[in-house]
Amino acid sequence: MQELDPGVMLAVLLEMMGIWFWLLGLLAVIGLVSFGWLLVRERALVASRLVRAQAFALLAGAGALVLMAHVTKSGFTDAGGPVDWLLIVAIFAGGWIGGTILIYALMGWWPHIPGHERLAALFARPPPGSLKRSSRLPSGRAGS
Amino acid sequence: MSYSRRALQKVRLPTQTGLARREFLQLGAAGLAGAGLLSACSPRPDRVQTSAHIVIAGAGAAGLTAASRLAQRLDGARITIIDPRVRHLYQPGFTLIAAGLQPARYAVSNTGSYLPRDVNWIEAGVAEFDPEANAVVTSTGQRVEYDYLFAAVGIDLDYDAIEGMDTSLIGQNGLGSVYHSPEAAAATWRELDRFAETGGDALFLRPATEMKCAGAPLKYTFIVDDILRRRGTRGRSELTYAAHNNVLFSVPIVSEKVRMLYQDREVDTLYSHVLKSIDPGARRAVFDTPGGEVERPYDFINVIPPMRAATALRNSPLAWTSGPYAFDGWAEVDRHTLRHARFPNVFVVGDAAGVPKGKTAASVKWQVPVAIDHLAAELAGTQSGSRYDGYTSCPLITRLGRAMLVEFDYQDNLTPSFPGVIAPLEELWISWVMKTIALKPTYVSMLRGEA
Repeated sequence: MQELDPGVMLAVLLEMMGIWFWLLGLLAVIGLVSFGWLLVRERALVASRLVRAQAFALLAGAGALVLMAHVTKSGFTDAGGPVDWLLIVAIFAGGWIGGTILIYALMGWWPHIPGHERLAALFARPPPGSLKRSSRLPSGRAGS
Repeated sequence: MSYSRRALQKVRLPTQTGLARREFLQLGAAGLAGAGLLSACSPRPDRVQTSAHIVIAGAGAAGLTAASRLAQRLDGARITIIDPRVRHLYQPGFTLIAAGLQPARYAVSNTGSYLPRDVNWIEAGVAEFDPEANAVVTSTGQRVEYDYLFAAVGIDLDYDAIEGMDTSLIGQNGLGSVYHSPEAAAATWRELDRFAETGGDALFLRPATEMKCAGAPLKYTFIVDDILRRRGTRGRSELTYAAHNNVLFSVPIVSEKVRMLYQDREVDTLYSHVLKSIDPGARRAVFDTPGGEVERPYDFINVIPPMRAATALRNSPLAWTSGPYAFDGWAEVDRHTLRHARFPNVFVVGDAAGVPKGKTAASVKWQVPVAIDHLAAELAGTQSGSRYDGYTSCPLITRLGRAMLVEFDYQDNLTPSFPGVIAPLEELWISWVMKTIALKPTYVSMLRGEA
C-alpha cells in the first residue's frame, strides 16, 4: 500500500507508545501463543471457559475505553458522528477480544502453572492476621 | 482504508519512500488502526553519492526534517545545520497547553536529539545570507560556504509592532498570547482559568500578515467558549473574534463553516479589524478598521502578533522583491518545488517560504521531501517530477473533545485524507483523538526522517 507504509506506521506507533508498545506487543504474543497452543493441546474450544472468559473480558473492553478517554482527555460522550461510534466500538472490541484470548488462555493453562494451588489459596483465603481479628471480634463485642 | 482515485493521482513522489501526500494526518489514524505493522516496509530510494556541502539554516521543524532526510538520502555529503536554539518546540502543542490540557514541558525537547550523528551543528544564529557568494554568515561572524542551501529560518513574531504590548505581562491582568512560547501558553491558561471563574468580555484576533497555523486563533476561541460553558459563566460573557479582513479563514468553505459555528456558539464576529495597540493596565485594545480606530475593552485577550520572515532572510536577496510576499520578506521560491526563483542551489522550506499557504508542520512534512527529491535528482544528474501542491492541514478544535479535520491546498480545495470516512467539516471525536495523541508522535517521527 503506497499511502500507508508499514515502516512509517511502526515508527509513529513506537513514538506514540514508547515502552508500552513492546510490553503490550509481548503480552499479545504471549496471549496468542498460549491460546493457540491450548487449542492444539485440547483440540477444541471449551465452551464454558470461553463464555466465562468473554464475560470477564467485558471489563477489559471497558478498560480500553477508559484508557483511551484518559490519554485523549476526552470520552465517548464527545462522539459527534458515525465514525466516532465505529471507533468506540473498535476500541471496546479490541479490549474485549484481546481480553477474551488472554483470560481463556490463562484459565486453560492455570492448572499447569507450578504453584497455582498456593496462588489460588492466596486469593481464596483472607490473610491469617485478619482471620484472627475477625474471630476475636464477635466474642469481644459480645463480652463488652 | 480506501483512497479516492483523485487523491492517488495527485501523489507524485516517484522516488520517495512510498510516502503519500496527506500522510501526515493519515499516519495518525494509521497509528490508531495499528494494522499491518509487521509486513515488509517499502524500499527506500537509492542513496545518491555526492561530496557536496549542504548547509541548513535553521533547526526548527523544517530544518531538522531536512537534516534527517538529507542524511538518509545522500551518501558522502557534508551537512551543516546552523541554529543557536538548544530547545526544540513542538508548536502545534501550544494550543493544548493554553487549554490547560498539557503542561508547558509537553512542547519542549532537545534539538540535538533529532540530529543525525554525521550532521555538523553550528550553535549560532544566521546573521546574513549571501547567495551570490554561496555563503551564510553566522551571528558569531563565522562565514560558512555551501554548495546547496536549505533555508528554514522560520518566522519572527513581531510583538513590537503592537503599540503598548509587553510580552513580560502575558499571564497577567487578562493578557494572553498562545504563540509566544510554551511558558506563555501556560501563563495564558492560568489567566483563562481565572477569567473563566467570573466571565466577562473576551477578545480574539489574528494579524493582517501571513501567519503560522491560521486556524489556531479560531480554535482557541472555540476552546474558551467551551471552558466558559463548562464553568457556567458563558451566560455572563461576551466573546468577540476580530478578523483582519472580510473572512474568518482563507478557504471559503471553511470560513463559512466557522461563521456558522460562531453564530451557533454566539461568538460575535468583527471584520477588517487589525490590532494596533493595547493598554494592558487598562485592559483596552485599539483596532485599525476601514472606519478609523476602534477601541474595545476586554477582560481576557489572546494577542497574536504580526509575523514576518526571520530578519536575516527578510534583509537578504532571497526575499521576494515585489508582490504580496515582499513586504514581510518571505523567500521567493517556486511554489511547487520550493526551489528559489533566482538562486537555483537554494531551497526554502517551512514557514519562511513565500508561498500562498502552508505555514504548518503538516506542510513541512510534504514540502521537505519534494525539495530534497529535486536536490537529489540534480546531484544524480536526473530530473525530479515531485511537486508540492500546497497541501496543509489543521485539526480545528471546535470544543474540548471534538475537532474538524480541515485539509486543503493552494487552490482552496478541500483535500480530505479519508473521504467518506472522516468528513472534513464535521465536528468529530476521532479528529480530536488524532490531534491529542497521534500528531505529536507523527511530528517527532517526521523530524527523524521516519515519517
